[in-house]
Amino acid sequence: MSFEFTSSEMMSVTAARALTNDMTCFVGIGLPSEAANLARLTHAPDVTLIYESGTLQTKPDVLPLSIGDGELCESALTTVSVPEMFRYWLQGGHISVGFLGTAQIDRYANLNTTLIGDYREPKVRLPGGGGAPEIATNAKEVFITVKHSKRTFVKDVDFVTTVGFGRDGKARDNVPNIGRGPTVVITDLCILKPDPETKELVVTSLHPNVTREAVIEATGWEIRFADQLETTPEPTTRELEVLRDLKARTSAHHSSTQSGQQ
Amino acid sequence: MAEFLSLQEAVSKHINNGDTVAMEGFTHLIPFAAGHEIIRQEKRDLTLIRMTPDLIYDQMIGAGCAKKLIFSWGGNPGVGSLHRLRDAVEKGWPHQIEILEHSHAAMANAYEAGAAGLPLAVLRGYVGSDLPKVNDQIKFIECPFTGERLAAVPSVRPDVAVIHAQRADRKGNVLIEGIVGIQKEVVLAAKRSIVTVEEIVDDLGASVNACVLPSWAVTAIAEAPKGAAPSYALGYYDRDNAFYKDWDGIARDRDTFQAWLQDNVFEKGAA
Repeated sequence: MSFEFTSSEMMSVTAARALTNDMTCFVGIGLPSEAANLARLTHAPDVTLIYESGTLQTKPDVLPLSIGDGELCESALTTVSVPEMFRYWLQGGHISVGFLGTAQIDRYANLNTTLIGDYREPKVRLPGGGGAPEIATNAKEVFITVKHSKRTFVKDVDFVTTVGFGRDGKARDNVPNIGRGPTVVITDLCILKPDPETKELVVTSLHPNVTREAVIEATGWEIRFADQLETTPEPTTRELEVLRDLKARTSAHHSSTQSGQQ
Repeated sequence: MAEFLSLQEAVSKHINNGDTVAMEGFTHLIPFAAGHEIIRQEKRDLTLIRMTPDLIYDQMIGAGCAKKLIFSWGGNPGVGSLHRLRDAVEKGWPHQIEILEHSHAAMANAYEAGAAGLPLAVLRGYVGSDLPKVNDQIKFIECPFTGERLAAVPSVRPDVAVIHAQRADRKGNVLIEGIVGIQKEVVLAAKRSIVTVEEIVDDLGASVNACVLPSWAVTAIAEAPKGAAPSYALGYYDRDNAFYKDWDGIARDRDTFQAWLQDNVFEKGAA
């Protein structure tokens, strides 16, 4: 089927498809939240979405701007305290998938959301770790979605805020009670998965009309491609309609409240 | 028993220059009115603790109240940077501040340990992260029973906790509803506490398992309607997402920020 779509829509739809009905997903704000809710509104109506603000099994009608918008609480099965969320539900082993975004990612899927440059004299100070460092190790597996560019996909991250497989690909080896780590990275150009042996990210599927050269150009290391390179299926009309409706509702909602003065 | 004070009196009486102050509310019930009163009273050299500094600490840091910041996620949620925080860290304006950063899980555990009267919190955390290299308050210990390597952080024991809640009754019992974050923990972990509330009522209307802080566990209560805006108070008003977006432009520039502070904080007295 043919229908006009953008590379951002391709990314969101592909990321959404990674989630299934039986998953319990700890959702990061931004792109992961968009993908997770798209999954819930299309093929995975029973997927359990959890946000770190304590909202368990939430079904927001619009995408939250913050991790703790009222919408998340009001549409949740229940809301627990933040210590309970991190201790019982995440550390306790009840989360099957952590869905994260990032500012920088390297070839071993380590994530940097702390800073660019040197820690004591940063060039750019980023927000920091938030929930990600423990989501990435206590969830059974991790999905990552991020736009593909040379600034984002670097050979070595400036700072490992959140471990993928470490600087050498071996950070999870022989560590007890740790999740499998990143199993898929979905960008606006392609799908990447860690090599089963070395854990280095390898392109396994190119999105429609994306060339190998485009991925090479947007990646800061010598990116490898799987022998059996696939082409990612296009979004369906329904997926695109649901995604566009969701984004339109969200945009209207976030600009409609009173503004300016406190 | 909690003492009913005006917000101006509560801040004046319980927050001193140099104090360690934790103002909590995880995206919800953020005590902005109290933060603005602290700015107006020109409190200085505060060690500010908060999981998500949010706009409230961006404003207080820009106004020069902070000496040190302990936090775990310092962004404007869904929008981008906290520009006043960045300006302080990157350029030392209005002065250098020291930062100590954790993950959310570690901060949440540290507040809980503080409430429990323990010196430290233990968690399965920080595996493979560089954060322990830049924060000497993150250590690793061995479980005496299983030998598992676990992270340890000191508990949070602030001088003063400041939170906002929906309501208090006339005896000073406090009800918190919705996203309750770590509000109960921070109040119980602190030496003193200030709770601002939307309203003071005859009957809290609390269900049997509601999050209630008894009057004798709270130091001071001040009525501050809309005291959490532009964040929100479930059941009273919504988050002003448009203001969170506008803040990006206001805070990006020092002069714009100072003009905003003058108009919206200094020239507006406490409720």
